[in-house]
Amino acid sequence: MTAARRLPAGREAARKFGWWRAHRFLILRRLSQLFFLSLFLLGPWFGIWWVKGNLSGSLTFGVLPLTDPFIAVQSLLAGHWPQTAALVGAVIVALVYALIGGRVYCSWVCPINPVTDAAHWLHRKAGMPKGWQPGPGTRWWVLVMVLAVSALTGTIAWEVVNPISMLHRGLIFGMGLAWTFVAAVFLFDFALARRGWCGHLCPVGRFYGLLGSKSVLRVSAPRRAACNDCMDCFAVCPEMHVITPALRGAAGDTPLILSRDCTNCGRCIDVCAMDVFTFTHRFDDTDAPARETRTRPQPASGASRAA
Amino acid sequence: MSAPSRKTTAMDRRRFLKDSARGLAGCAVAGMGLAWLATGARALPAQALRPPGALDEGRFLSACLRCGLCVRDCPYDTLKLAELGADGPATGTPYFTAREIACEMCEDIPCVAACPSGALDKGLTDVNDARMGTAVLVDTENCLNALGLRCDVCYRVCPLIDEAITLELQHNARSGHHAIFLPTVHADACTGCGKCEKSCVLPEAAIKVLPARLARGKAAEHYRLGWEEKEKAGGPLVEGVIDLPDRMPEVVPGAGGAGVPPSAGIPDPSMEGGFTPTFKLPGAKP
Repeated sequence: MTAARRLPAGREAARKFGWWRAHRFLILRRLSQLFFLSLFLLGPWFGIWWVKGNLSGSLTFGVLPLTDPFIAVQSLLAGHWPQTAALVGAVIVALVYALIGGRVYCSWVCPINPVTDAAHWLHRKAGMPKGWQPGPGTRWWVLVMVLAVSALTGTIAWEVVNPISMLHRGLIFGMGLAWTFVAAVFLFDFALARRGWCGHLCPVGRFYGLLGSKSVLRVSAPRRAACNDCMDCFAVCPEMHVITPALRGAAGDTPLILSRDCTNCGRCIDVCAMDVFTFTHRFDDTDAPARETRTRPQPASGASRAA
Repeated sequence: MSAPSRKTTAMDRRRFLKDSARGLAGCAVAGMGLAWLATGARALPAQALRPPGALDEGRFLSACLRCGLCVRDCPYDTLKLAELGADGPATGTPYFTAREIACEMCEDIPCVAACPSGALDKGLTDVNDARMGTAVLVDTENCLNALGLRCDVCYRVCPLIDEAITLELQHNARSGHHAIFLPTVHADACTGCGKCEKSCVLPEAAIKVLPARLARGKAAEHYRLGWEEKEKAGGPLVEGVIDLPDRMPEVVPGAGGAGVPPSAGIPDPSMEGGFTPTFKLPGAKP
């Protein structure tokens, strides 16, 4: 029992389906993060200027403007009406994330994600206590606070401290002391609050989550009847409260994970040895019978860590 | 509604109020910190110049996305994004330091064209209308021209030579018979490109581009310069004012006044033949 609990999440899936199948979305996600960062670095490092700018605003192939919609909203509240290029860019980005899930930005693009994931990995290895766990409303408060400060001071307020743009811009244009913000986020997540930054505070994530409230791309648990309560999905999920309604839902409940907090990282799909989860769309109404009884009481491998 | 659910409602309300108070308090504290940082970022250092067409600093920070597209399209690598800690301006915003690389004032103003947000105003179509700052001859004690030498470098490199910088002829009081060609900035033409500061030959530039708030004074709104108004009006501003001749003290030849030697008089206004002192000190040789 003790030995089983120590089994890392996903070990069983790897044994059953092979290593790649149990890590594919993790690897794809890292590749995606690397891809988006490389796009921006091709110019300054190799002189290939396909993409200019950074995540706050960019121009691709000289025609496609992209703007961080959160920055655009702050700018509007600060009393500036952005020019067409920035507005169009913000609308394009907002539409894409509204379609594929706002927090796809968090898990597949954001350069801070590897930082906080690394912090979480170390946090787990070191057996650190959970620490401060701000309530579910905190991110709302932070978001509202940022927008209010933007409006009151007439500045794009979050960009003064945003660790995402600090890191991304730092890598592309020059770091200065911006790394201290990144280090602060790492230390915060490692020592002070489990999944603290991305999971509880970051207003950018909250904003993108809002964008993707009705997104089409969703993770679902259509084979939830097969769940053996190993808890691996909860152990790996950065927003584990999103799983419960879908996985533990009754027969009539949708198996779709509809919470806007879900980052569509797909890690639950990776680690599930019972192949419960899958990517699908929000209109998928495949019949998903609920679990009848628990097959095993609590043979969890990751339950203690997931708590 | 059953009793237990009413109880739950009361608890929920209390919890909601508590959570709201906590949230508000947290926002107030964090918000104050953030507002302090956000407004503090407005203090642009005097030597940091914004790109051409930049909105004034307060509005600039409401508009600039900090994307760096202006930096990328600057052909002379003049512009850079401020790095946290290392540079003074708000983190990630574009600026340049004249003494390092001055603005070359490209005719097509690529930085303004690249700006997606309007933080660099597209209304700027002629780069000569840019006002990045104003050059000021800050040190007349070390400026070579001000010392009476002929350096002229700031004047020569000025893209608006003879408009933004002129050399004003002055008497060199030190030598008594030389000229000083004082570099003189005309703020109505100076774009603040910084080429003068960049090329000043001194180890520390004697001419510097400063933000207008530091470089310029301002006349009171109601001040009018009579001679300008007169020119505008094309004639005297008040009709019928008689310009009386200026009266000079009359000198009666030969009539010695008290304490005034007979030879004394108003010196020849044309000063021809030199100036003769009116009074002669006692014991002084004639």
